[in-house]
Amino acid sequence: MSSTSKRLRKLVAAGATVTTAALALAGCGARAGDDTAGAGSSAAASCVDTSGDTIKLGFLNSLTGGMAISEKTVSNVLHMAADEINAGGGLLGKKIEYVQEDGATDWPTFAEKTEKLLTQDCVAAIFGGWTSSSRKAVKPVVEKLNGLFFYPVQYEGLESSPNIYYTGATTNQQIIPAMDFLASKGVKTLFLAGSDYVFPRTANAIIKLYAAKLGIKIVGEEYVPLDKDDWTSQVAKIAAAKPDFIFNTINGSSNVGFIKAYYDAGLTPAKTPIISVSIAEEEAPAMGHEVTGNYASWNYFQSLKTATNPKFIQSWKAYPKSSGVTSDPMEAAYISLYLYKALVEAAGSFDVNAVNAAAKKNTITFDAPEGKVTLDGENHHISKPGHIGRINADNQFDIVWASDKFIEPDPYLEGYDWFPADIRKQLTDAAG
Amino acid sequence: MTKKPWISLGGIGVFAVLLLAVAPLVLTDHWLNNLGKYCCWAIAAVGIGLAWGRGGMLVMGQGVFFALGAYSMAMHLTLETAGDRIPAFMVLYDPLAPLPAFWEPFRGAGFTLAAIVLLPVVVAGALGYALFKRRVKGAYFAILSQALAVALAVLISSTIRETGGDTGLSDFKYFFGFVLNDPANRQMVYLIAAGLLIVCLLAVWQFYRSRFGELLIATRDAEERVRFLGYDPANVKLVAFVVSALMASIGGALFVPIVGIITPAEIGAAASILMIAGVALGGRASLFGPALGAIAVGWGQSSLGSTWPDGWTYVLGLLFIVVILFLPNGLSSLPARFTGRARRTPVEQPTPAIAAAELEGVRS
Repeated sequence: MSSTSKRLRKLVAAGATVTTAALALAGCGARAGDDTAGAGSSAAASCVDTSGDTIKLGFLNSLTGGMAISEKTVSNVLHMAADEINAGGGLLGKKIEYVQEDGATDWPTFAEKTEKLLTQDCVAAIFGGWTSSSRKAVKPVVEKLNGLFFYPVQYEGLESSPNIYYTGATTNQQIIPAMDFLASKGVKTLFLAGSDYVFPRTANAIIKLYAAKLGIKIVGEEYVPLDKDDWTSQVAKIAAAKPDFIFNTINGSSNVGFIKAYYDAGLTPAKTPIISVSIAEEEAPAMGHEVTGNYASWNYFQSLKTATNPKFIQSWKAYPKSSGVTSDPMEAAYISLYLYKALVEAAGSFDVNAVNAAAKKNTITFDAPEGKVTLDGENHHISKPGHIGRINADNQFDIVWASDKFIEPDPYLEGYDWFPADIRKQLTDAAG
Repeated sequence: MTKKPWISLGGIGVFAVLLLAVAPLVLTDHWLNNLGKYCCWAIAAVGIGLAWGRGGMLVMGQGVFFALGAYSMAMHLTLETAGDRIPAFMVLYDPLAPLPAFWEPFRGAGFTLAAIVLLPVVVAGALGYALFKRRVKGAYFAILSQALAVALAVLISSTIRETGGDTGLSDFKYFFGFVLNDPANRQMVYLIAAGLLIVCLLAVWQFYRSRFGELLIATRDAEERVRFLGYDPANVKLVAFVVSALMASIGGALFVPIVGIITPAEIGAAASILMIAGVALGGRASLFGPALGAIAVGWGQSSLGSTWPDGWTYVLGLLFIVVILFLPNGLSSLPARFTGRARRTPVEQPTPAIAAAELEGVRS
């Protein structure tokens, strides 16, 4: 065996040599603390081709895996918006040529495809993502390569990036209006049910802080992994706690299992109503059981009476890949492409820095189906109206509450004194 | 035993030149980074080839050891990025709680590197000792290893503040002091991964040539006879299992700086099976089969998954069935088939009698 151990020692030596050789080869690479260590400074120059009569955009949605059911619709509505913009003359006179990529409900795949879209396909901007996990996977890549990412889904806030535009609601445009609505209904006890990932965890942390201020008691908090459907034991705890309301931050198909357990446990919308932030027109018919009478908090509903909504609904129903109904994330995705159009027109360029500068300098607006939204050039979010809808027998929503005006986006909740300043500071520092 | 070991050695040499010299010259940054990711899977696959192909242990839960390396590395890089502060994602879930105690030692680069090597050795050693001494094998061993991978993935998903949960750990800025954004440094990380893949190939080549390699195959094909000859098969299997765990851990550790994110989905049941699939496609008992199979599966996922998202998994499944049915020794046995030469390597598939004995599992 002595010869074997000698050989092994040789192998260890070989491993060490490989590592040192690689380190030596990288002698020219930047080290921590170098002046060039700033974000994006060492990234390769943009390879976007603006010389032709087309401009490439990337669409990154999960076409396979658990989130496909939701994200395919977002992908289709992006295609529709691109067709519309092309029919109207394109972006700065160039026709949109889109590259569709599959995020496969896998966060590392989102990161890989983002890099591919920016460095191989040389797209001018990327549109897509749904879960906060997918956004958090994309964020470091677009920041590193100085790309642009338009994210169309409501999320937990407490984030901002020079390379991301958020066209869905941040916390103070969906969660906080929902809590205001509950307070206005005289709700005293609340149970929190959510999927076990970043959005529900963070949203519930914020809900607990605001509930304390509103005098609403949180009587329980339960989580189930995103890909699990069995809610039986958690719903039993809800039934035992007898809350006035359930705040539902469950995402995706796990909702079906939750609603089933809810009815099996004998809970009803009359006695223990649910307010959801992820069930929209698309999802309501898929719930399997009657969800009629429960609530949802969104900015856009198909039933909204605005000047531009009928045209949006009509275009979508006529679109070949249509699902028939319109919903908030779809509308936010629709906004994202038109917002980009307004941005490049204001900048007169597809250059990322020029676009960001134009966002700061100009007032960028869009007549969206939810109303006229305005971009905040500093935090890259948009103003939105808050709405609460109650599900009716047609799986549409009757609007039962609306904010008195458009709510300005406040991702770090700076305008809310109940949100601890030291936490905000820690978060902005950590993002820093 | 292969009569001419230097042919294999020459093959490793060619492979090394391709990976270390040719690839960085001809591939774009994006594809070089992707190749680096495939190399990480290939490192784990080489270990699976050793444990499964040569040792007959169907290791269906290598994700566990991949995770030990990956999360050790990810915790270190997260702390390196966060500096003195608590990592951003922890502040998000519970702003007031301190850094979990088990994170603290991963601040040290030395501790992290030691953990990447020693954690899988200790875990696989204890697990393997308990299982092999009790003569757990065959389907029971496979199910157990798979269950561990599932359990670990669930554990990580449900401890969101301690491990990042389903969202995983990402947004690493530095790699042992090197800025990860710098293309030169990313190339360095690729070279480390490719270089270690070559080292792992050399290690198993050495194993296969040695007396231990003979003993491992003997244990795979006729464990009882090995026992009668006075060897303890448990020890033989233990060594192969520990080495394969170590390789999975190294692959996982390098996956993190290359891909930039690690999530439970990369270490759970599906990921563990995908690692096995690559090995089976390439040829589990051959020297190059596992590594080439893993690289091919990774490449297929990136390129075919891009152009044909719905179809790619079907292609992989179909290929898997075809290989199992017609080429049980993997695609690397194809050349020998064509030349019609019965290869006198110890690659022959187990005879039905032995396969049945394997499935019997726990035998007294």
